[in-house]
Amino acid sequence: MWEYTEKVKDHFLNPRNAGVIENADGVGEVGSLACGDALKLTLKVDDDKKISDAKFQTFGCASAIASSSALTEMIKGITIDEAGKITNNDIAEYLGGLPKEKMHCSVLGRDALEKAIANYRGEPEKKVDGEIVCECFGVTDLEIQRAVKENSLKTIEDVTGYVKAGGGCENCHDKIQEIIDSVNGTPVTKETRHSKLTNIQKIRLIEETLEREIKPELKKDGGDIELIDFADNTVFVKLCGTCSTCSASQLTLKHYVETKIKELVSPELVVEEVAQ
Amino acid sequence: MKTIYVDNNATTRVDPQVLDAMLPYFNDFYGNPSSMHSFGGEVAHKIDEARIKVASLINASPDEIVFTSCGTESDSTAIHAAISSTPDKKHIITSRVEHPAVKNLCEHLSKKGYRVTFVPVDRKGMLDVDYLYNSLTDDTAIVSLIWANNETGMIFPIEEISRVVKQKGIVFHTDAVQAVGKVPVDVDKSKVDMLSLSGHKIHAPKGVGALFVRKGTRFSPFLIGGHQEGGRRGGTENVVSIIGLGKASELAGNHLKEVTTRVGQLRDKLESELLSKIPNVMINGDSENRLPNTTSISFEYIEGESILLMIDEFGICASSGSACTSGSLEPSHVLRAMGVPFTAAHGSIRFSLSIYNTEEEIDFIIEKLPPIIEHLRNLSPFWK
Repeated sequence: MWEYTEKVKDHFLNPRNAGVIENADGVGEVGSLACGDALKLTLKVDDDKKISDAKFQTFGCASAIASSSALTEMIKGITIDEAGKITNNDIAEYLGGLPKEKMHCSVLGRDALEKAIANYRGEPEKKVDGEIVCECFGVTDLEIQRAVKENSLKTIEDVTGYVKAGGGCENCHDKIQEIIDSVNGTPVTKETRHSKLTNIQKIRLIEETLEREIKPELKKDGGDIELIDFADNTVFVKLCGTCSTCSASQLTLKHYVETKIKELVSPELVVEEVAQ
Repeated sequence: MKTIYVDNNATTRVDPQVLDAMLPYFNDFYGNPSSMHSFGGEVAHKIDEARIKVASLINASPDEIVFTSCGTESDSTAIHAAISSTPDKKHIITSRVEHPAVKNLCEHLSKKGYRVTFVPVDRKGMLDVDYLYNSLTDDTAIVSLIWANNETGMIFPIEEISRVVKQKGIVFHTDAVQAVGKVPVDVDKSKVDMLSLSGHKIHAPKGVGALFVRKGTRFSPFLIGGHQEGGRRGGTENVVSIIGLGKASELAGNHLKEVTTRVGQLRDKLESELLSKIPNVMINGDSENRLPNTTSISFEYIEGESILLMIDEFGICASSGSACTSGSLEPSHVLRAMGVPFTAAHGSIRFSLSIYNTEEEIDFIIEKLPPIIEHLRNLSPFWK
């Protein structure tokens, strides 16, 4: 059982400002069903740029609902500029703290607020900046960097608690550690990469990488992979077992396999999946 | 507030008769069963009695029962015994819906040089038996399958599978922690070599379990130490709990009919009423091959932890397969293996009943749950 503060319980059991504002001046939507939490925040802003009303709809656990409810209470009556300064920690503090594993609920609130403010100001939808590090939850390196900086995070576990990255298959743990180290100023040792290889050498290395790194991971989920061909720096593979029938994981898989092969064999390689 | 406990696959109440049987052995008859004096000898005699009762529950012979500290220890003992008795075999077969006691052990062994096949299940949670049979090789050291699933209650055809596996001469273990006491478990009708059971799932206390080891099965102890349990498990016996497990086994045999009839009817009522009162609800699993006490229900577009905390306000105790309750960020591996869509996996609730549940309690849940689901759905951006 999670240790929730009385304030979290109160906001969960008696949520404030639940609902949607029709003709809202600012709308911010974050999260998804797959991720397990999502928040839609709608704002009404008056002529002196004060937030006159805020409402939320949240899919998620108790702390996600409580964080959303708290957020709406915090921003009602203040100006858009003031609201823009609210951090995820402010939301957590308002609630008397959140369990470490649940800090991502406060980040969800902050992200929705940022989006709603941008939407109000008519700023274009921000593209996802940076490179995806955590495939399971779609978290980029820049998001992880920001969480590490703003909250002085030290461990992968911390990062998972704040932005979910690394909470799924755990394949990205090394990369998260690198980001933590680089933000905190610890020197990063880069692996040597193989660039000037002959085709034969590349094929051997690809086979080795598939056998040693990739297959064991896929097999955990009942999947498998086969090397079919190699030409013009393109690695052709066939996914077997459960991987082949899971359309959702295919994109992720291709990306995962490609990342591993780029990392351990050569950065110019691309991976193509052969039709069944 | 009255507690309405419908989380009996997590743990159960110690039966008052079990407690009565145990109490004298805390501070009146506290002898060590291994001692030479008659004060200890009497305790040893009580352990023998408990062994007979546990054996009789699953139709084994008493010397085929090894007492352990829990279901997990029984599972670990069985799998380690099998792989250490055939050190040249490096393949293990299990399923994708095992309890962590087996799942995490197999994942651990896969990092230690074992090849592990995780046999998939279908949308209803039923094992792909052909996949299993096609995976059997000369290199297979053990097949370990859960008899009845703790999350969904789905029952695997263990008797039939064990016969096929044994024909190939491969060791077969089953984690029957959830099956024992809820469906007939008869080792004589199956070919299982080893079977795990746990005390606290059948109204005995926590901290005691047993492993059935069929006569003739190659075995080596997991806990190495004294000569207790016929040299099959070192360590002074947890006498009090073993006596409790004995009494609970006797009662479980007597109560089996009630579980399959009255408790099953209560579960069916709960299911059908919730299905009729609440839209966008699905049952995870089928109705023919499921434990009579268990239901895993998914309420689409809302999240399980929220549901649990709201029913907790009414004293209703249940479980969820949602990410937020699993301690990780992903929903239950069992539901994912079954291909339950994310819309439903996050909002899954498990109710597991016991003989202590009454119709009034079930009616109370049927009354309280629909408005909670409606409230949470009204908060959800995905609803409507």
